[in-house]
Amino acid sequence: MAIITYREALRQALEEEMNRDKNVIIMGEEVARYNGAYKVTKGLLDTFGEERMIDTPITEEGFTGVAIGAALAGMRPVVEWMTLNFSIQAMDQVFNNAAKMLYMSGGQLNVPIVFRGPNGPAEFLGSQHSQALASVYAHFPGLKVVSPATPYDAKGLLKSAIRDDNPVVFLEGELMYAWEGEVPDGDYLVEIGKADLKKEGSDVSLITFGKPLRIVIEAAEELEKKGIHADVLDLRSVRPMDEEAILKTVRKTNRAVIIDESWPVAGMASHIGWFISRNAFDHLDAPVELVTSEDVPLPYNHTLELAAQPSTEKILKAVNKVLYIREA
Amino acid sequence: MMKKDIKKYKPEFLKEMLRQMLLIRRFEERAAQAYGLKKIGGFLHLYIGQEAVAVGSIANLDLKTDYVFTAYRDHGHAIACGMDINSLMAELYGKESGCSRGKGGSMHFFDSEKHFMGGNGIVGAHIPLAAGTAMKIKYNKEKGAVLCFFGDGAIHQGSFHETLNLAKIWNLPVVFICENNQYGMGTDFRRVSSVDDFSIMGKSYGIPGKQVNGMDILKVYEEVGEAVKRAKEESTPTLLEIKTYRYKGHSMSDPARYRTKEELEEYKNQDPILILKSILMENDVITEEDFQNLDKMIKEQVKASAVFAEQSPEPELKTLYEDVLV
Repeated sequence: MAIITYREALRQALEEEMNRDKNVIIMGEEVARYNGAYKVTKGLLDTFGEERMIDTPITEEGFTGVAIGAALAGMRPVVEWMTLNFSIQAMDQVFNNAAKMLYMSGGQLNVPIVFRGPNGPAEFLGSQHSQALASVYAHFPGLKVVSPATPYDAKGLLKSAIRDDNPVVFLEGELMYAWEGEVPDGDYLVEIGKADLKKEGSDVSLITFGKPLRIVIEAAEELEKKGIHADVLDLRSVRPMDEEAILKTVRKTNRAVIIDESWPVAGMASHIGWFISRNAFDHLDAPVELVTSEDVPLPYNHTLELAAQPSTEKILKAVNKVLYIREA
Repeated sequence: MMKKDIKKYKPEFLKEMLRQMLLIRRFEERAAQAYGLKKIGGFLHLYIGQEAVAVGSIANLDLKTDYVFTAYRDHGHAIACGMDINSLMAELYGKESGCSRGKGGSMHFFDSEKHFMGGNGIVGAHIPLAAGTAMKIKYNKEKGAVLCFFGDGAIHQGSFHETLNLAKIWNLPVVFICENNQYGMGTDFRRVSSVDDFSIMGKSYGIPGKQVNGMDILKVYEEVGEAVKRAKEESTPTLLEIKTYRYKGHSMSDPARYRTKEELEEYKNQDPILILKSILMENDVITEEDFQNLDKMIKEQVKASAVFAEQSPEPELKTLYEDVLV
C-alpha cells in the first residue's frame, strides 16, 4: 500500500468521485486557480475545468446557499470552507436549509452535499480562527458529521460522504494535512457511522475522534510502558455515532476517558459521557472522565494555547483517575 | 511629477504623516524578520504598500470622540491611531505586555482608550460593529464619527450590504472605507465582482460613494476629511473605495504567484512614502538628510520594540481563565 498524506488522500477521493459522477462539483474560496488555501484541490482545475471547479467570492453564506440549492435539484456539490471558522458565516444555510429540507418536505427533497474544511485549532491563530465545531454541527438533526484522523479514513469517508444522499459535514484539520499513512490504490469506502478500534487493550477505553487521535495514541503508548493497556476507539463519525462500538469497549474495560478538542459544555464529549453512564452504568468501575479544551476562547500566546487544549499529560492524568492510581 | 501645492498644510503635519507611514513600514519589515526567526507565529498579514490609506484617513480624526475599526491586516491602523509600537511588537510576540496581553496576536490589536476597536478576524464581520458604534455616537449626540476599514474581499459579504442599508435608514455617522488592494487573498477582485468600481455600490443604498487614489496620501486625507465632515455635521454615511496595493502576499505563507513582477514594480514606482517624500523635498519642507535621519531614528525605535518584546515576560498560566465568563 502506498504511504500518502492526509491531504493527498482527500485529493484522490475528490478526483475519483468527480471522475465517477459528473454531478460532483467543487465550490469555495481559492479552490480552483489557487489550488486551495491548503492545497487539497491541487490540480483539479486542470483536470475538470472552471465549470466544475468554481472559485467564489468571500461570501460564505451566499455560496453555501447556492450549493445547497444545486444539491436540492440533484447536483452533488462539495463545498470547501477555507476553515470551519468561516463556516459560522454560513450556518443559517446549513442548519435551516440543508439540515431540515428532507424533514420539512415530508421526505420529498434531499440535499446530497458535502461541506468540508479544516476544523479546530492549528497554531498561533487566535480566538476567531481556532475553533473546534464538531459539537455545534452534531447538535442539528438532519446533518451527518464525520471527522477522520488518518489518510485511510479520510479518503474512504470522503467518498462515502460524496455518495451520501444527505448533507455531510466533513471535518479535517490544518495540522493533519501533512500526516502520512497507508492508503490502498483505487476505490474503497469507509462507512459513515462506524468507529474503528485503533489500538487494543483491556484496562481502559480512550474514546476520541479527529485530530486528538494522535496524542491519544501517544498516551496509550506511554501507558503501555507502565503495563496499562488501553483500547483506543476512534469514532471517525460524530453523527451518527457508533453506539455499539462505544458500549463494546466500555463493557470490556469498565473505564472510559473521552478526548474531544472542543469545549466541555454541551459538547460531544459530555454527550458520549452521558451515553455511557445511561447505557453501561453497571459496567463502570469509575466515573467517566473527559479531556476537552479548557472552557475559554483560544488565546494567541503559544504556551497558553497549548495549555488550553487536550494533551498527552492531561489524558494520562484522566486515566490515572479512572484507574484510581494516585499520582506521585 | 507635477509640483503639488501644499501651502494649506502645516509642515509639521506633513512631516508627521511621513513619519507614521515610515514607522508602519519599518515596523512591519521588522515583524516579517521576527516571523522568519519564529518569534512570531500564525498569520501575519502585512500592510506594506497601503500605508497612505490608514495614515491619511486617520489623520482626520480626533480619537477622543472618533473610532476606528478594521480587519485582520491591522498593524498600520493601530500605529496611525498612535498605539505604542512596543505594545504592538510585544503582542506579535505573544507577551503579557502586548496590547491585548498576548491573547490576540497580529490579527487582534485593540486599544479601547485610543478608540482602536481592532483587529477583527472574520472577513466583513466587523462592518456592522462600526455602524453600531456610530449609533451610540448619534444616540448620545456626540461629535464623533467612525471609520470602518475593510478589504475588497469583504465587499461582497452580506454584512457589508446589510450594514450600508442600516447606516442610511438610521443616518449613522460612519465612513466605510474599502481598501481595494486588488487581491482578496489570491483572487483578483475583478474575477469575483459584478462591478469594477465598488464606489457605485453606495448608490444602491442612497449613500455617496467615491473612488480615491490610495497611493497619494494627500488625496486620501482630503477625501476622507470630507466624508468625516459629512458624518459629523450631517450624520450621513459615506462609502469610499480607496485604490491601493499590497506589496507582499496575503500572509507570510502566500508567495503571491497570481500576479506579475511587472505589476508589483509598477506599484512600487508609485510608492506612497516616496511620493510624499518627494513632494516634501520639492517644497523644501525636508531635505534628503532629514529623511535619512528620520528613517534612522525610526529603525532604532523599531529595533527597541523588538528588544522590549523579546525581554517581556510570557503571560502567566492563570491568565488563561481571565476575561472570560464562566
